[in-house]
Formats: sequence, C-alpha cells, structure tokens
Amino acid sequence: MDTRTEEFVTHVRSGGLVEVHDWMPDEYRSRLIKFIEMHGNSELMGVLPERDWILRAPTLQRKLALTAKIQDEVGHAQLIYRVVEDLGKPRSACLDDLVAGKSKFHNVFHYPTKTWGDVGVIAWLVDAAAIVSQKALLKCSYAPYARIMKKICWEESFHILHGRDVILAMVTGTAEQFELVQEALLRWWEPLMHFHGTPLDATDDPMVFWRIKSQENEAARQEFLDGYVPQIRELGLEVPDRALRKRDDGVWVYTEPDWEKLKAVVSGHGPASEERIGFRRATRAEVDWVATALLAEAA
Amino acid sequence: MIWEVFRRERQGQPFQHAGSVTAPDRTFAEIYAREQYGRRQESVALWLVPRDAVQEVDEFPDEFDLKYRRVDGYSIKARLKEARERAGTLES
Repeated sequence: MDTRTEEFVTHVRSGGLVEVHDWMPDEYRSRLIKFIEMHGNSELMGVLPERDWILRAPTLQRKLALTAKIQDEVGHAQLIYRVVEDLGKPRSACLDDLVAGKSKFHNVFHYPTKTWGDVGVIAWLVDAAAIVSQKALLKCSYAPYARIMKKICWEESFHILHGRDVILAMVTGTAEQFELVQEALLRWWEPLMHFHGTPLDATDDPMVFWRIKSQENEAARQEFLDGYVPQIRELGLEVPDRALRKRDDGVWVYTEPDWEKLKAVVSGHGPASEERIGFRRATRAEVDWVATALLAEAA
Repeated sequence: MIWEVFRRERQGQPFQHAGSVTAPDRTFAEIYAREQYGRRQESVALWLVPRDAVQEVDEFPDEFDLKYRRVDGYSIKARLKEARERAGTLES
C-alpha cells in the first residue's frame, strides 16, 4: 500500500468523509460502485413484486398507497444511480449489466408474491430489514451516498407503517385473512434471515475496512430480530423457527439458514429471478424509443 | 448534463445542497428535480445549477495566527481577578 493510500485509509477509518471530487484509491472506488449499484438495482427490482399488486389491491386507498410506495422506490433507484454515475459508471451501463444478469440485487426480490399477505409482509418486514441496513449507511465514509440515504430513510419510514397497517387490517379481519398473513410469513422468513448476509466478522469484511459499511452483517440481523420478532409475536403470528429465542445476554439465537441457497438466489437462481430480469430486459427494449426521442428533442 | 439541486425546506431558511440530477436540458432538469426533491412537499423552492457553472473554492490556508479575531484569542480570567482585587470586589 503506498503512502497516499495509507493516509486515505487512516482518514476514512478515523471517521473522515470523502466527497465526489476527492482522490480515492481504485479499490475504494470500485467497491463503492459495486455496492451502491447493487443497492440501486435492488430499489429498481424491488418494485416488480409490488407492481403486480397495484391492480389487485383490495381498496382504492391501498392502491394509492402502494403506487406511492412504488414511485418512492423508483425514485430511490434514480438517486442512487446518480451517485454511481458520479463515481464513474453511467446509469445506462448499470441497467445494461442488470438486464444481462452481470450485476446483483437483493435476495428478497428474487421471490414471487402469492397473495396480498405477501405484499403486507414485504412492506412491513422486508422494508424493516432494509431500513436497518440503510440507517447504518448514514455513517458511510462516502458522504454523497450517506446524504442520499437520509432522504431515503425518511421515505422508507412511511413504507413500514403502510405495511404494518396492511398486516393489522388482515390479522383483525377474518380467519382466512389472518391465515394469509401467517402463510406469507412462513414463505418470507428464510429470505428475511438471509437478508443481512452471512455472519462475516468485521475484520474480514472489506466493506467495513473502508468504512463503507459501519455495521457487521450479524449485528444488523440481531437488530432486526430484536426490533421485529416481538412485534410479530404480539399479533399471535408464529415465526417458523423453533430454535428462535432471546438469550439472557440479549442475543437472539436461531436456526442457521442455508447460506448456499442465498448464494444461488442472489446470483440469479432464485424462484423468480429469470422472470424479473426478463421483464426488465423487455421493458428496457420497449421504452428505448422514449429516451431516444427525448434526447433528440432536447438536443 | 449534470444539474446540482439546492432546496429550501421552509420559507426563511437557506437553500441547501440536496443532490443532483442528470437531464439533457433545463425543462427536463426541472421535471426531474421536482419529482425527486419536491413531490412530497418537502421543499418550498429549488435552485437548479449546471455543475459546470459552480465555481468551487475549497482552500482556506491559515498561515498566520489570527486568533485576535476570535473569542478563543482572549483569556481574561487572570486579569479580571487582578482588577477585582484592586477594586475590592472579589468575592472569596
């Protein structure tokens, strides 16, 4: 490591921030691009499972709220891709890589949604898991990303409440409605446990080394479990893990999820991966003329 | 083209940098900025500035000790004590 890089490492590790025009080591830049691009991809792909339910939402109010949430998530993708662009990778290249299956997006968006119960679980618990990670990113050493995260977290808080409201309406409804939520929770528990990644020690995690992330994967999962398992259980819902409990020292113990499965899912072998990427590929080709026309008009 | 976006949260507050948008011209920059920084009533006004038009100044060398212009340049404790002693107003 040369002196300049060493100084940079000391700077970020002692809480220093980096701005867009500052010098940065190539490794830092490429790790930032990869990480932030995956975040942008996730926002963009994350709307597809919810998009399926706009036409099937049970009431007009739910339809409007769901549409607003989807609009927010696409907006987040745009804000995040803008940060990636400033780091050197154009948005069009991000989208090309996404539809070619060359870049990744979060595991939870590789799964299908079977019922309205899934929509509630996604908006409540998937968004809750995401906000745990995103809150930790407010302390990211790359300041333009951290600033955008502030706006994103602000909007996400409405999503969680919307999701919780959907769930509460169903668990206080008919027995059949309650069952839809319970079944959805069974389906989503494993992806939720996968969400924060393998329990990687902070000293082995290059993202923590560069202070791109400030929280270990396991710490994020613990925060999620601690915040939400009690909220799930108080509704009379059952979490599908008999080993799940909080130890006296405050640590949650759980059945180790299948990490190989997570690897397969995020590399494009999830139950809905192909369909989702295919949909993006088709719409990208379909709307290409719009971009061409707008750019010609502006030129 | 990159446009820097500044937003005013409430009347009377200063404009603060919010982020940026990419847009081919002024019209699209306005549409995108409205959408991304104003659609939830979180701003009362936006400024859109082409990134190239921003003149950045970021070096502020402090080569001389100019403490006399700041409050930390003055330590009056000892002198004040002496003055109070002389005037007989020092509380024990």
